Amino acid sequence: MTDLAAERADRMVRVVDAPLAPPSDNLGLLSVFRRRYLLRLLVRREIQGRYANSLMGLFWSYINPMSQFFIYWFVMGHIMGAHRGIENYPVHVFSGLIVVHFFTETFGSGTRSLVGNKSLVNRLALPREMFPVAAMLVSLYHVLPASFILVIACLATGWTPDLGTLFGILLALGIIMFLGTALALIFSVANVFFRDFGSAVGIIGNFVRFGVPMIYSFGQIHDRFGSFAHYYLANPIANAVLLFERAFWVGSTHDPAETIRTGMPVHLWRDGLIALGCCFVLLVICQMIFSKIENRIPERL
Amino acid sequence: MAESIRVEHATKNFTLRYHRTFKQMTVAMLKGQDVSDRFTAVDDVSFSVEQGESIGLMGLNGSGKSTLLKMINGVMRPDSGRVLTRGRIAGLIATGAGFHPQLTGRENIYLNAAVMGLSQRETEKIFDDVVEFADIGRFLDAPVNTYSSGMGSRLGFSVAVHIDSDIFLADEVLAVGDKPFKRKCLERMEEIRKSGRTIFYVSHAAASVKRMCDRVLVLEKGKLAFDGDVDAGIKFLKYGPDDDEDEPDELDMDDSELGADI
Repeated sequence: MTDLAAERADRMVRVVDAPLAPPSDNLGLLSVFRRRYLLRLLVRREIQGRYANSLMGLFWSYINPMSQFFIYWFVMGHIMGAHRGIENYPVHVFSGLIVVHFFTETFGSGTRSLVGNKSLVNRLALPREMFPVAAMLVSLYHVLPASFILVIACLATGWTPDLGTLFGILLALGIIMFLGTALALIFSVANVFFRDFGSAVGIIGNFVRFGVPMIYSFGQIHDRFGSFAHYYLANPIANAVLLFERAFWVGSTHDPAETIRTGMPVHLWRDGLIALGCCFVLLVICQMIFSKIENRIPERL
Repeated sequence: MAESIRVEHATKNFTLRYHRTFKQMTVAMLKGQDVSDRFTAVDDVSFSVEQGESIGLMGLNGSGKSTLLKMINGVMRPDSGRVLTRGRIAGLIATGAGFHPQLTGRENIYLNAAVMGLSQRETEKIFDDVVEFADIGRFLDAPVNTYSSGMGSRLGFSVAVHIDSDIFLADEVLAVGDKPFKRKCLERMEEIRKSGRTIFYVSHAAASVKRMCDRVLVLEKGKLAFDGDVDAGIKFLKYGPDDDEDEPDELDMDDSELGADI
């Protein structure tokens, strides 16, 4: 016993300059952005991990949207004759596709993010919102190469960018970032409890593809449904797509002013801002629900 | 001395679900069977640890040791009661570190360190020591899922001990790994103890607890059954009197000291 006492006296005294606090971060999305270095590592890991052991690597992120583009361009454009109805149809489709792809990617990979990172979620004390947010940022990263192709296509068809281009891009991406993260949060945790949600995501993705003015134009919705177009615009993804088309497609048409008059909603910017606000509120709500149930995640994984 | 860990009436329940699909659940409900059941893994546990103490947490399998450790580490939150800690926590839970199987050892070191709150520069500073201690050689740049179980836990342990934490958690760390490595680990933990870091050590090996710890906590079915002196704690835990001959205790000091825990 004297041994122990002597040994104890021998030990250094360590003064810890920190308060006694719960060991887990509890600020939700705020603590995610407080730990940006960790977030960056996770995003980089996700980008590398997605194409690990693949020969073509990042090239796949071009192939997927490109293949979809060619299907729509050929089937809808040539076979169904959309080329005649919509000016510069390829750019119209592609600018919509970028937004839709950003959303479905965020939604899909966000939903799988907690289950897919089981080994980390179960062992490490980090804000669990990290994973859906990282999934969103990875999808945002993939918007870049696609947008690059789009810009080239625009320039090739005579493009005049304006101030609306900048606002359109920012607003559209903002809407999808908020909406995608909100849904990714809820579905990621739901997927932990019932894997059914992971399967449901693909189906929702199908609806999204046809629920936005991508392969058809907003002008057509307006012509067919008249005042019901309002309800169509209640869909924030449709707003984001329109904003992105405002940014790219409008400037590439023959007479942009005329295109805005006939092919865009009257209150494009107002609707866009409202959609952004609504998506932000949704994000806050989803975060609150997430915080409520995330306690049960480790035992279910 | 300051308090390092305070656990106040911490309780953690798990829900056991018997049936996974709607069909199974409906059938079970019609038959009047339970669809789910509650299981209390940690039941109203309270204790306090001073900075620099080293605690041996003992108990049978399934007594709630790992759950308690997860709550201290922050992976889980108690359903009721509170768990408070002071300062940075590093350590291992249930033999493996939180490694991502597809990432290389190198990337996992950075990720692990970042989770424990290290910046890139701080990680770079300890990186070489971590690699040297883990001794995984060429596998450093191979994905972690190609590692043997011993290599994985060696790397995890190495990261945990090299991070300058205030609290060190070790759950069955010595269960895997060969003898030389176990010896290295014990030496390292001795150093950690001397540096005044709080140690929370989960083990079944009486001898290594005796060597490492100043105080023993024993969990029994989620309840704190014993809190006090090491020798008394080990005696308390004798796993029933008829197990005596299986106890390697003093007879084979070397092996049990190194932690023949599984």
